Amino acid sequence: MTLGLTHFLVLSTLLFCLGLFAMLTRRNAVAILMGVELMLNAANINLVAFNKYVAPGALNGQVFALVVITLAACEAGVGLALVMSAYRNLETVHVDEINVMKW
Amino acid sequence: MGQLAAFIILSVVTLVAAVVVVASQNIVRSALSLIPTLLGIAGIYILLQAEYVAGIQVLIYAGAITVLILFVIMLTEHGTGARFRQVNEQVLPGTIAVAVLAALLMAVFFGTAWPRPAGALPQYSATAIGVTFLTNAILVFVVTSFVLLIALMGAIVIARRER
Repeated sequence: MTLGLTHFLVLSTLLFCLGLFAMLTRRNAVAILMGVELMLNAANINLVAFNKYVAPGALNGQVFALVVITLAACEAGVGLALVMSAYRNLETVHVDEINVMKW
Repeated sequence: MGQLAAFIILSVVTLVAAVVVVASQNIVRSALSLIPTLLGIAGIYILLQAEYVAGIQVLIYAGAITVLILFVIMLTEHGTGARFRQVNEQVLPGTIAVAVLAALLMAVFFGTAWPRPAGALPQYSATAIGVTFLTNAILVFVVTSFVLLIALMGAIVIARRER
């Protein structure tokens, strides 16, 4: 049994599902952001694996993986700034207690 | 065979650390176990002949983003957060939804016959990635730089203390 595309797809599926579970069940906004990072990493593994096994002629998958890493850094910066702002104004980082817009 | 063994070791490291990230009651512990997860994924990239992406992964994810997350935890939670309830009431529905999604995706992955084209990746990919960024993907490159600049300014504006 040699290493193939399916191995990497299974790994990325498990990582994606773990990240989604963190997003669905965590109360802390920072933990939710960590779940988002796991999901983005799963997508990156898929991009690089498909680049190697399905389209090895060009490097577009790796280029897109680099773009996703950059945008994940942007997302982490802005998201954590929002967490800081919410903590300063509402004194909580638990997303189920941030309900000032709920009527 | 050696590749398969390396893949299994890296996957076990990645997945065990990811389970700790998702399930730990102590938020600092889950932030710290993000580091072995991301380093394991960097090893997976090396296995896929993407050395440049692996290097960037170590620098940006394992270096910068983890430190940023730890800073925000220390500034907001006042420690480990172990005295707060960390999960909401959606654990059971969330587990069911995630399991169904995983089964669905696995069924698709195992049921599809992926094409096996000829050809190989270049021996050293950093040069080719640079050439691709500055020829075919120049628009992506410029727009990404612009988004990075906007995100930088936005993060400063949002996190600044109001006067």
